Amino acid sequence: MNIWIAIALTAAGCYLVKLVGLLVPAGALERPLVQRLAALLPVALLAALTAQQTFGAGDAVVLDARAAGLAAAAVALVLRAPFLVVVGAAVAVTAGVRALGW
Amino acid sequence: MAEQTAPPVIRENSPPAAPAKPDAAVVRDALGVGIAVGLSGFAFGVTSAGAGLSVLQTCLLSLLVFTGASQFALVGALAAGGNPFTAAAGAFFLGTRNAFYGLRLSQLLAVPKAVRPLAAHWVIDETTAVALAQPSRRAARIGFTVTGLTLYVLWNATTLLGALGAEAIGDTEAWGLDAAGPAVFLALLAPMLKSATERATAGIAVLLGLGLLPVLPAGVPVLAAALAAPLVLWFRGRRTTPAGREKDSR
Repeated sequence: MNIWIAIALTAAGCYLVKLVGLLVPAGALERPLVQRLAALLPVALLAALTAQQTFGAGDAVVLDARAAGLAAAAVALVLRAPFLVVVGAAVAVTAGVRALGW
Repeated sequence: MAEQTAPPVIRENSPPAAPAKPDAAVVRDALGVGIAVGLSGFAFGVTSAGAGLSVLQTCLLSLLVFTGASQFALVGALAAGGNPFTAAAGAFFLGTRNAFYGLRLSQLLAVPKAVRPLAAHWVIDETTAVALAQPSRRAARIGFTVTGLTLYVLWNATTLLGALGAEAIGDTEAWGLDAAGPAVFLALLAPMLKSATERATAGIAVLLGLGLLPVLPAGVPVLAAALAAPLVLWFRGRRTTPAGREKDSR
């Protein structure tokens, strides 16, 4: 039952915030400051998410095989590899490093 | 297919002489992102089933929530024994970034009112990244729609496969599948790091996101890290002369 409550709340909440973004009146967005803020926010959020999902373990910060995987993804990005190759490199290198006993 | 991870970021109010991008090229970019990320729904299905959710619950999350980071956060919190309200709050906080994406997209795509409730469901990291990378409104609309459709279909199909196949796979971490999420985020972020402003914002966000991890409840550090954006803008505003350099080189 608890899981169902969590699913219902998450589904409703996540949909509503998506909708709010689209429904905010356009007039509020014409100020250059708001535009620049809206452009920078995804940068901040994606950077934090990348770091947390690479180095986060619960509420601790750790260095493990995922860091090697992310480094591989970064190299692939620098080499302009296609999206699937970037993700594949991260997964493969992480698995490989773990197989080596990290 | 080769360049869709680093498309040129051109503002929607770029001069009318902006080079037209062929529809086929936009569709190709969108399919590249949609297929790659859509396939990573497999990792979610496996993780969710491993966290103790049923196949039905796992699939409903992908169908109804449809924003990967929130889904991962929710099943992670539930697996760790969190109560449903904290777990949902963490997922919700992660999802609030989609509101900011919506802010950007509503002006870029000019979505008709009647379509907004439908389009809203697809306002996520990937569709936003693809749409923002396009040189014109037409290209942005095509990019958003093709990415959204491809991603929605594949993400849900692979979620089901992952949930069903979880037992066969065993330890998902041994397969490195937990590295798929951050790699996806990095690939979305990389083309946005155009100038010192973006790079400073990203750097501060990383420090905040990691530094606050031990201090704040799950999901909140990411929101706090978003403060890097107003912080950097405020700092730049103080350093730049009021009128002269209002148009920065973004």
